[in-house]
Amino acid sequence: MVNTYYTKPIEKTERIPKLVAHLFAKMPEIEAARAELITESYRETEGQPIMMRRAKAFEHILKNIPIIIRPGELIVGSTTIAPRGCQTYPEFSYKWMEAEFDTVEHRAADPFYISDETKKRLKEADKYWKGKTTSELAYSYMAPETHRAMEHNFFTPGNYFYNGVGHITVQYDKVLAIGFEGIKKEAAKELAGCQFGDEDYATKSVFLEAVMLSCDAVIGYAGRYARLAAEMAEQERDAKRKKELLTIAEICAKVPERGAESFQEACQSFWFVQQLLQLESSGHSISPGRFDQYMYPYYEKDLNAGKLTREYAQELLDCIWVKLNDLNKCRDEASAEGFAGYSLFQNLIVGGQTVDGKDATNDLSFMCITASKHVFLPQPSLSIRVWNRSPQELLLHAADLTRTGIGLPAYYNDEVIIPALINRGLTLEDARDYNIIGCVEPQKAGKTEGWHDAAFFNMCRPLEMVFSNGYDNGEPASIQTGNVEDFKTFDEFYDAYKKQMNYNISLLVNADNAIDVAHRVLCPLPFESCMADDCIKRGKSLQEGGAVYNFTGPQGFGIANVADSLYTVKKLVYEEKKITIGELKKALEMNFGQGFDAITAREIALRVAKTLEAQGQEVTPDIIEITIRSVLTMQLPAEEKARYEEILAMIDELPKFGNDIDEVDELARDAAYTYTRPLETFKNPRGGIFQAGLYPVSANVPLGAQTGATPDGRLAHMPVADGVSPSSGKDTNGPTAACNSVARLDHGIASNGTLFNMKIHPTAMSGQKGLENFVSLVRGYFDQKGMHMQFNVVDRETLLDAQRHPEKYSGLVVRVAGYSALFTTLSKSLQDDIIRRTEQAAYRA
Amino acid sequence: MNDYLNVSGRIFDIQRYSIHDGVGIRTIVFLKGCALRCKWCCNPESQEYEIQTMMVNGKPKTIGRDVTVAEVMDVVSRDMPYYGRSGGGLTLSGGESLLQPEFAAALLQAAKSIGINTAIESMGFAEFSTIQKILPYLDTYLMDIKHMNAAKHKEYTGKENIKMLENAKKIAESNQCELIIRVPVIPGFNDTEEEITAIAAYAESLPRVEQIHLLPYHKYGEGKYEGLGRPYPLKDIPMLPEGRMEKLKAAVERRTVLYCQIGG
Repeated sequence: MVNTYYTKPIEKTERIPKLVAHLFAKMPEIEAARAELITESYRETEGQPIMMRRAKAFEHILKNIPIIIRPGELIVGSTTIAPRGCQTYPEFSYKWMEAEFDTVEHRAADPFYISDETKKRLKEADKYWKGKTTSELAYSYMAPETHRAMEHNFFTPGNYFYNGVGHITVQYDKVLAIGFEGIKKEAAKELAGCQFGDEDYATKSVFLEAVMLSCDAVIGYAGRYARLAAEMAEQERDAKRKKELLTIAEICAKVPERGAESFQEACQSFWFVQQLLQLESSGHSISPGRFDQYMYPYYEKDLNAGKLTREYAQELLDCIWVKLNDLNKCRDEASAEGFAGYSLFQNLIVGGQTVDGKDATNDLSFMCITASKHVFLPQPSLSIRVWNRSPQELLLHAADLTRTGIGLPAYYNDEVIIPALINRGLTLEDARDYNIIGCVEPQKAGKTEGWHDAAFFNMCRPLEMVFSNGYDNGEPASIQTGNVEDFKTFDEFYDAYKKQMNYNISLLVNADNAIDVAHRVLCPLPFESCMADDCIKRGKSLQEGGAVYNFTGPQGFGIANVADSLYTVKKLVYEEKKITIGELKKALEMNFGQGFDAITAREIALRVAKTLEAQGQEVTPDIIEITIRSVLTMQLPAEEKARYEEILAMIDELPKFGNDIDEVDELARDAAYTYTRPLETFKNPRGGIFQAGLYPVSANVPLGAQTGATPDGRLAHMPVADGVSPSSGKDTNGPTAACNSVARLDHGIASNGTLFNMKIHPTAMSGQKGLENFVSLVRGYFDQKGMHMQFNVVDRETLLDAQRHPEKYSGLVVRVAGYSALFTTLSKSLQDDIIRRTEQAAYRA
Repeated sequence: MNDYLNVSGRIFDIQRYSIHDGVGIRTIVFLKGCALRCKWCCNPESQEYEIQTMMVNGKPKTIGRDVTVAEVMDVVSRDMPYYGRSGGGLTLSGGESLLQPEFAAALLQAAKSIGINTAIESMGFAEFSTIQKILPYLDTYLMDIKHMNAAKHKEYTGKENIKMLENAKKIAESNQCELIIRVPVIPGFNDTEEEITAIAAYAESLPRVEQIHLLPYHKYGEGKYEGLGRPYPLKDIPMLPEGRMEKLKAAVERRTVLYCQIGG
């Protein structure tokens, strides 16, 4: 079979770096327009059905929000006047933002500029929202035990608690084909078929009216851009730019109202949908999905008709890539740490198979990868679907992007994901048509309300509860599973862990379902819903269960720590009896004798304070302060300290997850089931089930800071292992061994996605042979039923850090001379040599 | 269990995910013991058959362990999916694997029996009857030819080259495996165009030999000599001048029709 697609990379135009430079000239800024407009509208519509209030507010915003066409843009539509700025969404939450007004500009993760004027305007608008937000309603729906579990950091549902849901791919293809004019017709037809006597007439008719109003709002918004472009064209002196603006004016007058005909129309229509979904709801991970598939017909038609050159098509793609970085979102400080990098996780995926099981690769699959190389920015989150018949050229093209060090694309395995989705009730055709949402979550576009990022669940916290019998800093935080000292066998210990997991998982479900209901009651989204089946037919929004497929997907993380911890307990305590469980408990409390950080000192001081209070003594802030100081400077008796260090050394000697050692890996597989299996028995309010993911985005760092020492030798408050990856620095047998261990987990049951991070040195990917072997590594992992893989191709600075902190990098592979080796096993002088060599590599690049 | 799985031998390392030595992703098993004492050797811990202690980053490390073929294959077979995808497989290295011929043959046989591609890095320093034992299980023979001059060869490696050159010819004529000639390019020993092209000419004269690999000298083994408490014989020699390897490659390409590459 001869492949017919065009694979030659196309050069980028001068326009692209200019657009990028303009976008990044200033720190992103918070704007107040949307908050003011939605508040104005809500004040006007008190007492009306919430669905209609949402549509009217959307219309009011789109009619009045300031618009701009940035210099040189071919694809237009900006949510803020300032580049990369953000609007605010007080209907979900606002208190955190007011509290952070004065720090948001200077915080470490994702700072935003905010003017005094904006602060004032937002404060004024926010007054209206007290007691009316989804977060407040969700909180009141939750059980008190759930509040307690959240306070004790077992899980954090912060994402949808504070924000819109997002996490969806809509029917871009449908908008491209029939426009919002067509969707309005569908809604009108459905409405015409409704009988006054139908039991759902009231809600269905209002929903359909709201859909039509939302479509009109979008059409009106595009019209504003058409007029702006025409006005600017009139003023423009440069003939070339004038022509471009006139084209933009013409296109915006046509799409997305009507179906797109040309490729450029399709690009602009796509963009309005992508931009306005975010303006409706503030959700992140609104993902373009299979862009190379639904855009292809327009590209092919124009190309064949001689109306489009590949070069211009590439430039339009590049422009969209830049625009995807123009959208932004300000999160609360804690969430910003968990999602660091201003990321909106707009996942765009190429390759894979068609609904009838053929390879889906086309010209655009290659050009999308090229666009990421041209624009070289984090958005879109580019992904690639890999299956047994993926063309090698496409994977090599992707690998060539990977080795630039940008961390893109992420690789996904059709051979695991398709059966996993079928197991969740998708048809074979729908499963074959999956794309990825946000980080790693598979869904069938335009049919799914997946709630893919419903919470992060820290699997290490229940383990702590086994040791403390459900107490946290002296107060009850979970169920009591018995004194750990009384457990005579490993099975008793493991059973207690499972009980702690089950209990806290049920609270996680309680939290998610409460938030789910709050979104349904206060923030249904008629615009988003009109682009997903079967909302129009059922007359229900996505938030009310209008989608064909409904899921809730909270993520568990820390598997490597739990697996290694269970192995420690099994081996050292119950099999070899080198330490008692009581001794291990003490060692954990004392952080293995490695001293206490400020967090632990504070916790201990508060525990002491509680005991004193219970005894009827008065506790002043002074007493707490003194206790903290004495904890920080406390010296353990030498003998005790030595024993803890001995225990730590014994733990260190044990085999760890990530080294292709069957016994440990099997325990990890089983440990993952303690999260994935109970979760799938629960239902959500939209008529769907829960499905587990295994990944933490970047939350493993902040949530690790809330976790005490664990029996795998991890010290208190250090990061927890990320995703399904081995604990940092514990995989010492090279990449294939790490892959084999990770593949031994059951990825199929974690149908909300798993995330495997791997570090690779650029020299290990050099030359054509380097690319080929890299592709073989990915394929070999996928042959063993791994689900996802992404790569950090590390540079000189990382190598320098690896020299200073070898314990963090023991899995780092570098090319030495005629062979590759683990960096940290090399002599200092040889390491220096490689570091110098990397500089050269960077210089050549 | 098949008998060959019980054969035991002595190795000093197994390196997985080796991607710059032969085709694809490979696992290299390093057999302990060597007949030569090349002054530039970058694996001096491979030379003695006896189990040794070497200081690595300030800590003593035991070099060498006795293992069965089954034990080695347990590690090697774990990467089969990657061999399959990349065309890689098992490579025996050393030392000189032929000094443990039964073990080497059993390892290669075990690999072939489960469909793993096989290669050996060797100087061919053995009776040809010994080499014949491994050839049925071998896909690629990566043979070192260091110099055409017997006296100079002896001076730098401790042995003459006559038997090895003969073996190269016999291996090529056997038509049982692919034969690739490799030359470590050592400053002051063989880094002139005359010396390298002489080796290339000999390689070209062997039936079905199509490739020659020139491996640039490096000093990465120096620290190991220290760890073993031995002086590094080439302490004061200069590195190869910039561009020398490219020049030698060009010379080989002018003089022969062989495919020539720098590095493994």
